[in-house]
Amino acid sequence: MGWVGEAVESIKSFKIRKALNEAITLGVIISTALIVWKALVCITGSESPVVVVLSGSMEPGFKRGDILFLHMSKDPIRSGEIVVFNIDGRPVPIVHRVIKVHERKDTGDVNVLTKGDANPMDDRGLYAPGQRWLEQHHIMGRAVGFLPYVGWMTIIMTEKPIVKYVLIGALGLLVITSKD
Amino acid sequence: MHSIGYRANALLTFAVTILALMCAIVSLSDNLNSPSPTSQVQVLNINWFQKKPDGDDEVSLTLNISANLQSLFTWNTKQVFVFVAAEYETPKNALNQVSLWDGIIPSKEQAKFWIHTTNKYRFVDQGSNLRGRDFNLTLHWHVMPKTGKMFADKIVMSGYRLPEAYR
Repeated sequence: MGWVGEAVESIKSFKIRKALNEAITLGVIISTALIVWKALVCITGSESPVVVVLSGSMEPGFKRGDILFLHMSKDPIRSGEIVVFNIDGRPVPIVHRVIKVHERKDTGDVNVLTKGDANPMDDRGLYAPGQRWLEQHHIMGRAVGFLPYVGWMTIIMTEKPIVKYVLIGALGLLVITSKD
Repeated sequence: MHSIGYRANALLTFAVTILALMCAIVSLSDNLNSPSPTSQVQVLNINWFQKKPDGDDEVSLTLNISANLQSLFTWNTKQVFVFVAAEYETPKNALNQVSLWDGIIPSKEQAKFWIHTTNKYRFVDQGSNLRGRDFNLTLHWHVMPKTGKMFADKIVMSGYRLPEAYR
């Protein structure tokens, strides 16, 4: 009887080991992704270093689904730069170009007006009611780099969650059934 | 070890790596281009010049803008965004930048141009400081690439002055 129990034990421990091994691999992948993201946040100084363009308001420069790399340096905002800004009461940040800048002499505070390249009017209509200018604290970063199409995956996954579940399911199945 | 899944995975990883590398090289190759654009802006007329009811000065100009930006274009250039801004200093503000006109140049052939236009965006000051004000007209450009890093630079043209009286 003794040797049967030993064999059962060894099989059990083998399975547990394998499961643990896979869990650790998964953990390493997730933490690596987190480390890379947080490192990017530190290097660029912007709380979201990569954004996906969601609207066509900057066409033909940026189309829906393109991604932008942001940088938030100490340099003051100047007209012509493409900035990403948050408006109170709007959940999604906007990516538009600065067309007017007024910089105060004593405090260095800036008043900024933006406009989308493809929009006929400036952005006063998009700002909070009564807001005429953007200030430094509204601005999350300025766009420095550009990569086309890469953001489409994100757009599809946010707008069609079923795709996300199918994808996660398929990957999970692959992990479970794979025998290395 | 050599299942379809593994091969597909290896192929996909390799393809994405090569694509990323090529994008990086293409973007880096933009640094080899040393452009020498030229530009001239003339103020042809002050159409009107007044103080708005809320107290801010506003002026309307007719401009003649000519520029040659062909040397900015490389194989990685999608378009060049070009604009002319009035830049001046006032007692309260260290810098005022007011965009007057802008345009998108989609190809090298169209990068040598001249245009006769009134200001597309309103030239409004923050306050009433425009009478007799010296200002620069600056031609800015913003090169938007097919992929990679964006470039921007400018040509400053100085020696413009607004009239002493409203008209």
